[in-house]
Amino acid sequence: MSVITYRQALRETLRAEMHRDEDVFLIGEEIGIFEGSYKITEGLLKEFGERRVRDTPIAEEGFVGTAIGAAMLGLRPVVELMTINFSLLAIDQIVNHAAKIYGMFGGQTSVPMVIRTPGGGGQQLGATHSQNIELFYSFVPGLKVLAPSTPGDAASMLRAAIRDDDPVLFLENLGLYNSKGEVPDDGDQVAEIGRAAVTREGSDITLIGYSRMAVVAQQVAEKLAEDDISVEVVDLRSLRPLDRETIVESVRKTGSAVIAEDDWLTYGIGAEIAATIQEGAFDFLDAPVRRVAMAEVPLPYAKPLETAALPSVDSVITAVKETLNAVGRRVG
Amino acid sequence: MADTAKPKGGGTAKSAGGRRRNRKNDTPNLADEQPKDLLDYYRQMLLVRRFEERTGQAYTQARIGGYCHLNLGEEATVVGLMSALNERDYLFTNYREHGYAIAKGISPRGVMAELYGRTTGVSKGWGGSMHMFDTEARLLGGYGIVGGQLPLATGAALAVSYRGGDEIVMCQMGDGTTNIGAWHESLNIASLWNLPVVYVVVNNFTGMGTTVEMSSAEPDLYKRGSAFRIEGQRVDGRDVLAVRDAATDLVERARSEQRPFLLEAFSHRMKGHSVVDPAKYRTQEQADEARAQENDPIALFEERLEKAGVLTEEAKKEITDSVREEVADAADFAENSPHPDVSTLFDYTYATPVANESRRMPADPVFAE
Ligand SMILES: Cc1ncc(C[n+]2csc(CCOP(=O)(O)OP(=O)(O)O)c2C)c(N)n1
Repeated sequence: MSVITYRQALRETLRAEMHRDEDVFLIGEEIGIFEGSYKITEGLLKEFGERRVRDTPIAEEGFVGTAIGAAMLGLRPVVELMTINFSLLAIDQIVNHAAKIYGMFGGQTSVPMVIRTPGGGGQQLGATHSQNIELFYSFVPGLKVLAPSTPGDAASMLRAAIRDDDPVLFLENLGLYNSKGEVPDDGDQVAEIGRAAVTREGSDITLIGYSRMAVVAQQVAEKLAEDDISVEVVDLRSLRPLDRETIVESVRKTGSAVIAEDDWLTYGIGAEIAATIQEGAFDFLDAPVRRVAMAEVPLPYAKPLETAALPSVDSVITAVKETLNAVGRRVG
Repeated sequence: MADTAKPKGGGTAKSAGGRRRNRKNDTPNLADEQPKDLLDYYRQMLLVRRFEERTGQAYTQARIGGYCHLNLGEEATVVGLMSALNERDYLFTNYREHGYAIAKGISPRGVMAELYGRTTGVSKGWGGSMHMFDTEARLLGGYGIVGGQLPLATGAALAVSYRGGDEIVMCQMGDGTTNIGAWHESLNIASLWNLPVVYVVVNNFTGMGTTVEMSSAEPDLYKRGSAFRIEGQRVDGRDVLAVRDAATDLVERARSEQRPFLLEAFSHRMKGHSVVDPAKYRTQEQADEARAQENDPIALFEERLEKAGVLTEEAKKEITDSVREEVADAADFAENSPHPDVSTLFDYTYATPVANESRRMPADPVFAE
């Protein structure tokens, strides 16, 4: 085991997969000469050359579609979209093409590709650069959507995504690139797609998150442990397919749930989780399911406004405590 | 070979017809051709014509659902283009692709069965009229989203180039498609990366009803590659031999020079945009022009072949009969093929099965216990 950053875990996995399989190549804006807007692809152009690391024009629809076409002929492109906000320019190719080609043609050709892209607010980037719109893709059958929260998952899930024969939207997070965690040195762990994980066991309440909010959930659980509150944390990891069993099993055990999400509340990922819980654990619930989500505004630039709009450790703690109070357990 | 004379513009089928009447006669001389090839083109064009007529009929009888766009009037363009490709070359098209599928070598049975939504269809009944696909024939899809096929074709050409293959990719589209973002992004990428793809614009003068002049600031569509340093040519799409030669030239140059090209083929759409479109936006004059003998590629070719003594009365009857039989056989085959079983509904969502995939039917509870 080594302790490395989420960024390093991604880079090392890309490197290893490119060495393993000649059909794997990288394509995206500023990933070569500039070495990536967030330096995930640092050093890879030098190591693999222009054939394997392709700088593209600023043409999201064009180069995402180009990657899809290459995947139809059996290559395994790994696309980098600078941030998920810009995926909107490629949404026709992702939703109307990548997600449809396998089914629409009766299973004759698959689309083995990965689209890596970070979401995340809190960087004072303003309304157009701070969105968490993974929901748009999680809604679509034919796509797989992964959202790792730790360096270890970043590595094993990226490996799984590259080796999978379907189009995978691989959600990273600006706020996680520098986070550290353990990653196995021999590095051939391949995650199982479609599985959530109970990343901390507890008995009082289930706290559910993904990506940055799964990390926040861990911090919340640690803090509340000091007050003798036992929080079980579920990291969704895969937004499509969604591992409903793991969620429901946990809530059946604890009897209450809070969902922490970085996207907007109305129609958001948390709405789907809450619906899942009421359908799968209705008789076990001792309090209404609570959601902690971004305020429903285009995210402002000014720091106090931005901070207030985003979910935080404190806002999640508030929701957990209020839920436990509703259960009848006085936690202040 | 290809006509690069500047048209007069004006935007109607009439003026477009006028511009073609002014073009020099550069069609290949029949004396240089193998009679066998000529009869083969004739037969293929007739097959597409009769197939599409039968399709229109089956559609109005509700044997075929969805949207349904026909190649009627475009047969010379379809057959000329496909004769320029070899078996290993790839083809991407828009939704008006029944004829292309047949001319690329797919059995009319598979195409008709797809229209009928049967398991024996080229796409197993999952695609329908707009979404024909056949791995073996290397038709990599008809696409219903205008312009969707352009980045995909560009990417297929990238894969060929990445592997050092000698196939080329042909990407067919309509005139209206040259205004969509994917057009500009794809041509730019193909040119930057020297990809072996030939973009073909079938200019039938209109999108659905909107004319080229209403929608394209540069209505000389073959010139629109110049912003990307892609050489463009224009050809009379009513003339199967001219189309074949223009396409062969660009296809072989794309193959040997490893770069993209653009071909524009003028072609008349004899009927409405789709089977249900009465084309009321056309004036009587325009409608007459679209259906005129002089714009009917099959009538034109037939007359030439007869004059040259290539198409005898006997041969014509034989071809007509065998085409009629082939189309009837395709329709029978489709009619008698099985509908897909509902149990196969979840067979093609993912190529790699993973945990927790949903297989829930509409009224099922999320948790069935
Ligand atoms: C992105 C998109 N916009 C609109 C449509 C609806 N539509 C279908 S065909 C068509 C006209 C296309 O014209 P053209 O490219 O000239 O092709 P043609 O039908 O003449 O072969 C339109 C607007 C669509 N399918 N996709």
